[in-house]
Amino acid sequence: MRRLVFALALLLAAPAFAVQPYEMLKDPVLEARARDVSKGLRCVVCQNESIDDSDAEIAHDMRLLVRERLVAGDTNQQIVDYMVSRYGDYVRLKPRLMGSTLILWLGPFLILLLGSFVVFRRMKEALESPDLTTAADITVASTDSGEKTP
Amino acid sequence: MADSTASVPAPRARRWPYLIPLVAVLALGGVFTKRLLDVENGLEVTALPTVLLNTPVPDFDMPPLPGHAEGLKSADLKGQVYMINFWGSWCVTCLYEHPILIDIAKSRDVPLYGVAWRDTPEKSIAWLAERGDPYDKIGQDPNSKAAIAFGVAQAPETFLVDKKGVIRYKQPGPITPDAWRNDILPKILELKAEP
Repeated sequence: MRRLVFALALLLAAPAFAVQPYEMLKDPVLEARARDVSKGLRCVVCQNESIDDSDAEIAHDMRLLVRERLVAGDTNQQIVDYMVSRYGDYVRLKPRLMGSTLILWLGPFLILLLGSFVVFRRMKEALESPDLTTAADITVASTDSGEKTP
Repeated sequence: MADSTASVPAPRARRWPYLIPLVAVLALGGVFTKRLLDVENGLEVTALPTVLLNTPVPDFDMPPLPGHAEGLKSADLKGQVYMINFWGSWCVTCLYEHPILIDIAKSRDVPLYGVAWRDTPEKSIAWLAERGDPYDKIGQDPNSKAAIAFGVAQAPETFLVDKKGVIRYKQPGPITPDAWRNDILPKILELKAEP
């Protein structure tokens, strides 16, 4: 019983957020936009953390600047563009699709394609192979799985 | 298995592809090790490339420290070559850099402006009183407005601005005697020679 209460109490514990209550805007729509923009901006002294998640002081100041600009009427895009004009593409947490990041975006698909090609070739070879051992392996494997699912 | 005595010799000839993953892992390990050692040896002071090179100094107007008549504004950085240094009393490497800044100030090679970044005026004043003030003008940047406008990520960082008010050089991290002799002073002389 005690353990159960303890476990349930843990569910109530709120995670620690970097964004402090006093930083938040009164207007919930603007605040939601601020969170959205902040999540896409990388903290410049951390390696892989957004300014929304970071406790670094510069991240705190960047969050406040994002909010100040939102209140002044900037669009989300204008704020991101401003940060990129100061810190470069590094400040985007999600890299843009461009020449230097092409391998990042297309790499996984290329590897998948290559892998499928290799698997396809091997399956085809195995099926066409006159080698009895290979063919037997395949038959055994397929009957094996067949028997396990009645 | 396929390479038993009865089988065709083809599979034996295609063993080498199995080495690809091993080679790839070793190569990746090599790259990671080199990067780690680079950071360790201070070869990579900052991961941030400077995007502001050859762009005009951003607009700013920073208030003065108490007891100082003037703050620092972008209009102050026009007409001659200037050096602008972001520092903070909380910054440990600034301690290392400070005597070098004092020497530079004495040499009168270049006017030196300072930005007291993310600091209280009391702490900035105490720092300067204790260690000497190398700056011709100082502006306060308590909420990183100017620092962000200059794309500053960590202190100290120093910029050279040419006669037209364009950023021409950035020193990420402290100015070392070597960096001053080999990079910064030659750059100042080059910028001074420009029309």
